[in-house]
Parts: sequence; structure tokens; C-alpha cells
Amino acid sequence: MKKLFLPMFEWFGELGLFSNGLARAAVKPPYELREAVRQMDEVGSKSLPLVALAGAAMGVVLSMHTRDSLIRFGAESLQPAVIVMSIIQETGPIITALVVCGRVAAGIGAELGSMKVTEQIDAIEASAVNPFKFLVATRVLACCCMLPLLTLAADFTGILMGWVATTAADPISFNLYWEQGTKSLAFRDFLPATFRTAVFGLIIGLIGCFQGIRTKGGTEGVGRSATGAVVLASLFVIVADVLLVRLILIFFR
Amino acid sequence: MLMTHELVLQIRDLRKAFGEQKVLEGIDLDVRKGETLTILGRSGSGKSVLLKLIIGLQKPDSGSIRIGDAEVTGMAGDQLDEIRKKIGFLFQYSALYDSLTVEENVAFPLRRHTRMPDHERRERVRELLARVGMEEASAKMPGDISGGMKKRVGLARGLAMEPELMLMDEPTAGLDPVTAGEIIDLILELQRARNMTSVVVTHEMQTVRAVSDRIAMLHEGAIRVEGTFEDLKRSHDSLVEAFVKQGMEEEPCHA
Repeated sequence: MKKLFLPMFEWFGELGLFSNGLARAAVKPPYELREAVRQMDEVGSKSLPLVALAGAAMGVVLSMHTRDSLIRFGAESLQPAVIVMSIIQETGPIITALVVCGRVAAGIGAELGSMKVTEQIDAIEASAVNPFKFLVATRVLACCCMLPLLTLAADFTGILMGWVATTAADPISFNLYWEQGTKSLAFRDFLPATFRTAVFGLIIGLIGCFQGIRTKGGTEGVGRSATGAVVLASLFVIVADVLLVRLILIFFR
Repeated sequence: MLMTHELVLQIRDLRKAFGEQKVLEGIDLDVRKGETLTILGRSGSGKSVLLKLIIGLQKPDSGSIRIGDAEVTGMAGDQLDEIRKKIGFLFQYSALYDSLTVEENVAFPLRRHTRMPDHERRERVRELLARVGMEEASAKMPGDISGGMKKRVGLARGLAMEPELMLMDEPTAGLDPVTAGEIIDLILELQRARNMTSVVVTHEMQTVRAVSDRIAMLHEGAIRVEGTFEDLKRSHDSLVEAFVKQGMEEEPCHA
């Protein structure tokens, strides 16, 4: 028992110290804007194709699944609403976050991990630049800003491909599909659901960087950091999703 | 006013342990302006740790490190960064930034710490790379150049801020004798041209013999012997003899 819990508490303790260091470094000027923009490109534009594809696949699958069940209850006409609602409220955000976990958290964990074991992080520090500011803050910020935007992209392709799949089974004009889908949708359904992904971004960036920077033990350690980053980031994203959905239901309903 | 005997680095009773393992047990060292002190020792004797303590990448358990007039052991944050700007560091494996070109690597400290206009900075980087004979490779990525070339670029990056003190961790380890000789030439050239003050950590006698004004031999956490190469040659300490013998066998091409 002690063997299991001690490292866990240690991990959380270190994460706390790490976040503290990050918060202190991040608020103090000068800001590393150039580097932050570069990271946004890295996180945002380069994840876009993957996220869009995942969103599209979700749209098609949702359409196929819901069609069957709705026909059974004679509620076919609700199909657009079901697809749009579920994509915007849950499927879009969580699929985006998990896809980005796989791509970005692993990438950050491995990149910072190899920088750590090859002393590049020491070199940054030795040249009087704060690695928290230069490496960590920029990446965390990029993840926070990009996740809501990527979620919008996944929502878009999901809703679009949901229509394509629905039309393939039983033709419906896009206008009608859109009108029915969004009829009962309000901004309070859309905004909190989409922008909660900024928290997922925070988790992905923070855990990716944390795992990367505490890398020990050469190339093998880099592999462990990348794996750890993906696993822990995905896990915390899912747990955070449960909490956030509960909070959103309390505050926005 | 700078005096020739001015102390750039002063270390007193420095101690550092990792858990149970005591690495440094009371080190005293002085480095004067324009001088090159070589720390000689076996692998794992704590040489690299000593350099990292000087630049504050690790914290000592006790003791004092003074750089110029400043006591650095208790420093952190901006205060420490101000000191670090005055120190150049050449890492054992060069530690060039993989994602930046050779040119950007050398420009990194300048970009961070100076408000130089772009053209001036480019000119300065070109000059630094020329000094280490690497201007041809300025657009290459660190992954595409050899170990010896990386050391040169690392040296150029370390020199970018015109440091008052240059720390070099194994500048010639892992290089073939010819390339090592070129790096040694480069260090000698910098000593002459810039009156560079440096601390060099190495276990290679060829380097020790060529570049050192003074040598301190680190063994089991303490300075075993300190003096010039001639002093070491006269020593009857068996460990020192083993090192010196190796140095005598390899006739250095740079005397």
C-alpha cells in the first residue's frame, strides 16, 4: 500500500511545486510571445487535420447509431437535434481533447524529455533564460488557446458529416437539418461546453511539460515520459470532464 | 579598474552530497582574471557537478561561491540570471538546441538579453561563428553536424555574451586527436585574443597540458593536488603520476 501511495503523493506534490513555479514565471514580463505563437502553430494548425477527421468520423457514427434507435421509437425527426446536440455538448469537446492528448501531450513529453536528458534545458537555464517561461508557459498557453478552436473545427466537421450520413440514408436538405438541429440549441449550451476545453488544454499542456521536465534516465526515460504524459493527460481530461459537466449543469441551467 | 590579480571566482569549503553519496567534501579554489584553471579528475569525481554548482544549476549543501563580488550560493531568479549572463558555459555534449539552426543557437542569448537590432545581431553571430571556424554551417541543424563541430558552435554560443568567466565541461572528450587539437587551438587562441578567464573540466591530459595555467586535481571529493603542470610532474602521488604519465606519452602537438 505504502509503495503505491507514496509515489502518487510525491507526484502530486511535485506537480504542485511545478505549477507554482510556472505561475510565478508566467505572469512576469518579458513575455515570450514569438515562442508562444510558434507553439500555437505546433499545437493548433498541426493538430487540425487529425481533429477534423476524428470529428467527421464521430458525426457519421452518431448518425448511423441514432438513426436505428430513433426509428425504433418513431422519433426520426429528432435525429438532427440529437446529432448536433451530442456533438456540441460532449462528443466534439472530448474527442478533440483525447486526440490532442495523443498527439500533443506525447509530443511535448518527448520533446522536453529529450531536451532534459541532453542538457538543453540546463543550457537554457545557464544562459539566464527561465525554462518555465520559455518552454512551459508558452506550451501551456498554446494548448489552452488552441483547444477551444480545435473543438470548433471538430464540431463543424462532425455536424457536416452527420448531415452527409443522414442524407445518405434518408435525404434531407442541409437547411432543414441545420434548422432542426439548432432549434433548441442556445448559447448557454454551446459556449460553456466549448470553452471548457480550455481546461483540458491546461491539463494537456501542464502534464505534458511536467512529465517531460522530470525525465530521468536517458532515452528510455524519454519514452517513459511520453507514455506517461499521454496516459495521465487522458485520464485527467476524462476526470475533469465529469467535474466540469456537473459544474456547467449547476451554473448554466 | 581591473587588476591582473583580481579574483573572478572564489570557492570556499564547498560541499555537495546526493543522498548518502558525498560528491564534494570541502573544495577551495581561486581563479584570477585571465587565468585558465583546469579541474582534473577521474570519471565520476564530481568535476561536472562542480561546474553546475558554479553556475547555479545545482545548489550546494554548504560553502561559498563568489563570482566577482557576488555570493551566488543563496541567489535565485533574476538575481542569479544577472550573474549567469556574465558566464559562458560549454556543455559536455554541447547541448545545442535541436529545433534551432546553428546560427539561431548562437543568436539565442543575444536575442534574449540584448536589444541589438537584427542586422547588428546577425553580424555579431557571423563574427562569432567565424571565430570558431563554423560560418559555413550557419544554416545547418545541430543534428546534421559532427560532434567536433557541435563543440565549436557550443563554444561560440557560450562566448556570445562576452562572458567574464567561461566554464567548459570536457571540451575535447570523445573527439579524435586531430579535432581535439583543433578545439585546443581554439581555446588557446581565445585565451590570447580575449584574455579569457576559464575553468576547464577534463580528464584528458593533452588538453590539460596545452591550456592550463593551473591544474587542480579532484579526487574523492577533495582537491588532491594543485599547481602547474610542472608541479604535477614533480609530484610523487601515485594517482597524479598515473595521469601525468599518460600526458607525457601523448606528446602534445601544441606546446
